[in-house]
Amino acid sequence: MVASADTRDYADVVLAAPVTVPYVRYSIRNAHWFVARALSGLIAESGLDRGDIDGLSLGSFTLAPDTAIGLTQHLGVTVRWLDYVPLGGACGIVAMRRALRAVQAGDAEVVACIGADTNHVDSFRQSLAGFSGFARDAVLPYGSGGPNASFAFLTSYYMRTYGATREDFGKLCVAQRDNALGYPHAMFKKQLTLEQYLNARLIADPIRLFDCVMPCAGAEAFLVMTRQRAEALGLPYVRVRSTCERHNAFPDDPIQMRGGWVLDREHLYGAAGLAPADIGFVETYDDYPVMSIIQLEDLGFCRKGEGPEFIRRHSFGVGGTFPINTSGGQLSVGQAGCAAGFLGLVESIRQLTGRNLARPVPGARFGMAVGFGMITYDRGLCSGAAILSRADA
Amino acid sequence: MNPIVCGRPPLPPGARSRAALGLTAAAALGRFKLQVCGACGAVQYPPREICHRCLSGPLRWREQSGTGELIAETTLHHSIDSYFQERMPWRIGMVRLDAGPTAVVHLHGACAPAPCRVRVGARLDKSGQGVLLAFPIDEVPNMAADPLLREMTCDPKSRKVLVTDGKTGVGQALVRALVGAGADRVWVGYAEPGQQPAGVADRGLADLKALPQVTLLPLDLTDSGSVKAIAAEIGGKVDILINTAEVHRAHGIASHEGIEAARSEMDVNYFGLLRLAQEFGPVMRCRGADAPSAAAWVNLLSVYALSNFPPHGTFSASKAAALSLSQCLRAEMRSGGVRVINVFPGPIDDEWNRMLPAPKLTPEALAKAVVNALQDGVEDVYPGDVAQEWLARWEDSPKILEREIGMDAKVSP
Repeated sequence: MVASADTRDYADVVLAAPVTVPYVRYSIRNAHWFVARALSGLIAESGLDRGDIDGLSLGSFTLAPDTAIGLTQHLGVTVRWLDYVPLGGACGIVAMRRALRAVQAGDAEVVACIGADTNHVDSFRQSLAGFSGFARDAVLPYGSGGPNASFAFLTSYYMRTYGATREDFGKLCVAQRDNALGYPHAMFKKQLTLEQYLNARLIADPIRLFDCVMPCAGAEAFLVMTRQRAEALGLPYVRVRSTCERHNAFPDDPIQMRGGWVLDREHLYGAAGLAPADIGFVETYDDYPVMSIIQLEDLGFCRKGEGPEFIRRHSFGVGGTFPINTSGGQLSVGQAGCAAGFLGLVESIRQLTGRNLARPVPGARFGMAVGFGMITYDRGLCSGAAILSRADA
Repeated sequence: MNPIVCGRPPLPPGARSRAALGLTAAAALGRFKLQVCGACGAVQYPPREICHRCLSGPLRWREQSGTGELIAETTLHHSIDSYFQERMPWRIGMVRLDAGPTAVVHLHGACAPAPCRVRVGARLDKSGQGVLLAFPIDEVPNMAADPLLREMTCDPKSRKVLVTDGKTGVGQALVRALVGAGADRVWVGYAEPGQQPAGVADRGLADLKALPQVTLLPLDLTDSGSVKAIAAEIGGKVDILINTAEVHRAHGIASHEGIEAARSEMDVNYFGLLRLAQEFGPVMRCRGADAPSAAAWVNLLSVYALSNFPPHGTFSASKAAALSLSQCLRAEMRSGGVRVINVFPGPIDDEWNRMLPAPKLTPEALAKAVVNALQDGVEDVYPGDVAQEWLARWEDSPKILEREIGMDAKVSP
């Protein structure tokens, strides 16, 4: 099950042109509008003509009844490579991996990877109701708590098993909020105190309000192209040192305390020629703080169960001993559906190209972005990660 | 404005895949069943159309002990669903069943905090769909009073009940059982002599009257005006309606001349139910979410509704008609969260079954089964050994059951 050590590297393909379509809590626009804004942002950022983009990869939950193909006509683009990746928190990593190989193989020259979703007042409830067959049959009839309920189980189990406290999770949330204060597109613009975090409204015990992301509308995007092309365009770019992707890992675990990263981390670091200590910052998939801790463990920054101690030992601001979610993460930026699966990658590209919107991590040469998502029953099925580096690293 | 539509209460999510309805079908009979692979023996949940272990099958629904470990729990304070939002807080858990799978379940209030051992059972929720509910391993006092459990049952305790015919032994036994189970009030219908065929003496009706919870009401199911009048008087207050009125003649086709006896059976057993349903159904459906809520509608049918018992052929036909109509009623009442319970007894120990050999079901046993069904929240009840055997034969093969019964039929020369 372990990935092959001789997986081909990504030396000749790069990521460039990070784009964010600013988030709003609710929008009367459809997802198509956010995709279009992202695409025009990519064109403006790269200086390419629309006709130069010959590949499109789209992650979205709210395009219905359309999928990626309908969007080509909506957007007036003609492409020779098309992908539709509605994988929520994993869609950025998965879209990027496929696009990298497509460009590497010559099936496309420039691929636009876009994660975009709208959010109407009732969209969240409706998308939960139609999310999966297992959710309809075996989750929603039990209180309809949505992801809050599922992560309440994981959080309470983790706390009991490994001795994590609410203060541990709160430390992460407070640090991320501080990071968000330096990022103009964050939905949350006020400082969060530990006291506010601890005393927030109960949602699904032990989950309280600031453990939950705020659903909103928005988009994130980047381009995948050859290094030569990026250099010819004069575009700042990042290199992809290694990636991984895994679905439905450990299906016999009675409850999710680990993800597919455990199977793939050896490959991830091995292919990159790096160790956890080399990573300058980590953009975790922080749909709930417990998942950030599980990712830090599974990706080798500490051992399983040592997460709470790791949290207590480190500081997580951009200038801290272990910077995470440098633009604030979903918990402070907001969760714009599938755009959330792109948030960490887009922020990593900004950090490693020096084109920061958020405060820069001093001296970071390598960053990691993590993807996680798709709770169709009792656990997130998708996990992925990528190690990116500065062009000169 | 349509009062039925505007009065419709919020219900828990009722959409299910076809595979998941197997859980509902078992829960309707008070059973907890999961899919078991006939090829590799894996027990799986959530339900699927194939075995996830061996991609083979066939998958059979098999009864489960339900024991397992409550590994995690949460108390919800927020829900995207209005039914649950009105009932917050709501406690749910994840149970690792000893049989293998992990299940998300409702938690009975007496379950200890996780981790602990529990026993999972299946119940029908207010949408009429099967759901899993974890109980403590050991019984504790007043388990039935748990508010979460009461959402899935129709316990007569503190509820107001109408029993449509108190002149039969079954009706009288039922009234006593309901009072014993803590019913707040029991209205007992009786037809004036001559309005319904005589046969069961009305001795005992006077005794019921002495019970402080009981009120006697003249009610003739063959008379639309009578049903309408009683519905106008008490329809808005009845939480549980139990239709015990029936006419039972022991005839086949060839053994009896004319259709008058059959017509009188149909007039009470089928049209009587229809009259009741038209007058009481809409108002009870509107009260499905009130507190205390309209909760249940119980039909006294017969196992002969499943397959015709030729010596009682016309009676069987009238009960089959009533069964079919009850399915319509059940579908219509579901939108109000009111459960329709069908009771399928074998021969009852009454005068119409004098010619039949034992075992026969005593009115007291039947009454107890009905009260248990209300307390346990099941939808179909087969009380007694004869009914259970018919059910087993019918589940095995309706066609073989028909032929088995037919072999015994004696046609008069």
